[in-house]
Amino acid sequence: MLLGQRNSEATTPSALPLLSARGLRYSSERRQLLNGIDIDLGRGELLTLVGPNGAGKSTLVKILCGVLRPEAGTIERQPGLRSGYVPQRFQIDDNLPLTVRRFLRLQLSPTAGRLDEVVAATRIGHLLERPLQALSGGENRRVLLARALLRDPDLLFLDEPAAGLDVNGQAELYELIQTVRRQWGCGILVVSHDLHLVMAASDEVICLSDGRISCRGEPASVREHPEYRALFGHHVAPGIGVYTHGGHRH
Amino acid sequence: MDSFLLRALIAGLGLALLAGPLGSFVVWRRMAYFGDTLAHSALLGVALAFLLHLDLNLGVVAVCLLLAVAVVVLRATQRLADDTLLGILSHSALSLGLVALAFVQGLRVDLMAYLFGDILAVSDADLVWIFGGGALVLALLASIWRPLLLVTLNEELARAEGVPMIRTQLLFMISMAIVIAVAMKIVGVLLVTSLLIIPAATARAFSRTPEQMAGRAAAVGALAVLLGLAASFAWDLPSGPAIVVAAALQFLGVAAVRPLLGRRSRRPP
Repeated sequence: MLLGQRNSEATTPSALPLLSARGLRYSSERRQLLNGIDIDLGRGELLTLVGPNGAGKSTLVKILCGVLRPEAGTIERQPGLRSGYVPQRFQIDDNLPLTVRRFLRLQLSPTAGRLDEVVAATRIGHLLERPLQALSGGENRRVLLARALLRDPDLLFLDEPAAGLDVNGQAELYELIQTVRRQWGCGILVVSHDLHLVMAASDEVICLSDGRISCRGEPASVREHPEYRALFGHHVAPGIGVYTHGGHRH
Repeated sequence: MDSFLLRALIAGLGLALLAGPLGSFVVWRRMAYFGDTLAHSALLGVALAFLLHLDLNLGVVAVCLLLAVAVVVLRATQRLADDTLLGILSHSALSLGLVALAFVQGLRVDLMAYLFGDILAVSDADLVWIFGGGALVLALLASIWRPLLLVTLNEELARAEGVPMIRTQLLFMISMAIVIAVAMKIVGVLLVTSLLIIPAATARAFSRTPEQMAGRAAAVGALAVLLGLAASFAWDLPSGPAIVVAAALQFLGVAAVRPLLGRRSRRPP
């Protein structure tokens, strides 16, 4: 088993969501970024957030994981909820000497076994002694994911986790996300603007455009939605539009 | 050794010890100009302390903290580039300090001593401030070291992981204000940041962890104090600038030999 099982009920999403957001609104000085957003995320659920650049995806994720405070609306979290966050941008001043190993232990105290497990799952063993600044884009994503996992999260918020990964790396990453979801029962929200790799395994796909939810549903049905087609239709070639779990062999 | 020279040496070494870890954070957080702005406001603190008959150091700490708050508020409300905002505050605070000092009746201050420091005039009371304030700063920094590192790495990540942001940053600002009050005596308001950032930048070249860099910056700074004071004594130079020149020469020296030591980190193409 790749990752230890934490909850025997992990594979069945429970009736009560871990996080429930209603009527979220947020605006910057210049314009409204989000309006009227409702989202539920339950145990073992995988939710994919898609939308063009500037639709408000990152802002929404930041609000859900507590980085930003919404202007209006409510977020109910189950008590004691822990979340892991992989931010979209992670650049570090060259003058701060910090290895990957140290970063993974900063403010966290994983047991050695736990660290090994997560390091193996995210395949970053060869990076541990490297300075954080000396990582490629894809390595950077995997290290951040490892840190998020080391927090033993109930909810995972991944903002463009596949950015900078090649096609194999992306497929590998989506396998890993699936594993985390199945074996730990995390609720996972993945932001993606790469429509070729929207996961077929998602429980729900939410399309965001201009700060509003324009359509939502299961991956197969949402692709037929007129709003979705209007937004992305010309990019969705048949057969490669959805990454199907199981197509990848190690 | 003359007692004033001994006091100067102890004061300088005490400051270097503080400036190492704090200066490392100033470098990592790219706050050099921010530190400069706080330091420039110190003169205003001196003037206000004279007017209100308060302890000078307390006046400096209080005004530095007020200015830090002003920066945070103005950053959030004004649409100005950071360097423009800090430029406005920095020079306004310095000028306001000079103007306020001129208003204090019957006061003859040695302006040069405040601007460029007068380490040879350090008194026993100053030493108490340096080591008392210094111990407080080191304790504060130790208590927020790891959360502050995480905030420095990525503020959003720190927020998402529940780091108490306001508390952490406030304690950091207080540390900075105390160090500026202490450093003003030694190198003067115009040169305070140099003692924070030059030793830290020098130490960067041969450090592999944050703690190493902080410790080695303290050692490098202490050496700069020793060399600067020795030069000041031998050739009758102004002591504050002599210390800063020594620090700058160390930096240049390390920068010159670093290529010979090999590159410090691999970078992907």
